Amino acid sequence: MCHQSVGLIARLLESAGISTLCMSSALDISRAVNPPRTAFLDYPLGHTAGKPGDPALQREIMLQALEAFTSLTAPGAVKMLPFRWSEDDSWQKTAMRGKDDRLPRLDTPQYQSEDDRSRAEEACAICPPRTS
Amino acid sequence: MPVEYISRIRDLYLSLGYGAYKWTVNETPPPWQPLRKPLAQCRLALAASGGIYVAGQKAFHYKDDTSFRAIPRDAAVADLRATHFAYDLTDARRDPNVVFPIGTLRGLAQEGVIGALAGHAYSFMGGIYSARRVTEELAPALREALVREQADAALLVPV
Repeated sequence: MCHQSVGLIARLLESAGISTLCMSSALDISRAVNPPRTAFLDYPLGHTAGKPGDPALQREIMLQALEAFTSLTAPGAVKMLPFRWSEDDSWQKTAMRGKDDRLPRLDTPQYQSEDDRSRAEEACAICPPRTS
Repeated sequence: MPVEYISRIRDLYLSLGYGAYKWTVNETPPPWQPLRKPLAQCRLALAASGGIYVAGQKAFHYKDDTSFRAIPRDAAVADLRATHFAYDLTDARRDPNVVFPIGTLRGLAQEGVIGALAGHAYSFMGGIYSARRVTEELAPALREALVREQADAALLVPV
């Protein structure tokens, strides 16, 4: 859904006069929602801007992605970024297949840690008191 | 060949007893605003869907949360957190730049590739099933924020 949400937002921003570029790792979903410009990186979901702990690679991916702001000249065009996650692309076989590992769709804030929860709740203690 | 996520997600949902998700298909061409000046002179705003927040901010929830967080452009990467129900958070928590490339963009702004970053980067939890709520709630709120930031361009990063 993330790729769909981002594409919808990009279309609205673009119509407000802001040039947009969507990165993507789900080409079919991006093409369906059809944002103004897309730079596609064929990596597993959760790595749309590179591999962890590799700032040189992240920089190179970003430089090539940002070029799409000017190199793409047709609305809806996609730039295919020339990077591979691994030599054999074996990750593709298991992507979104087999077991459902999504977390329950809880409607309360899901903190990364209990410490984050305390910090956020303390910050809220200085919010203006509710009147009702 | 890129993974065909739409058909895989359909198969996954069917195996769980759910119907097929109705993806947004826009057959009309998207709006088009070319950059008005070179990127090296533009104010660029990052907006990303990976559920990133700064320690101290309220985290996202997982049921069509259409809120967003404004993250100061100089926020320390070590203070960024990731929360989302639908992708493997392991690498995003190790190095948030993989889904929220604020450090990468700061470097490119210092190098002069980008004119400047907007005062804040924007983050949301993009796993929102209701495309209508994205269009009616989240997208206009982000548009207002980015107009206020005087952003010339926006980089959007989904997960």
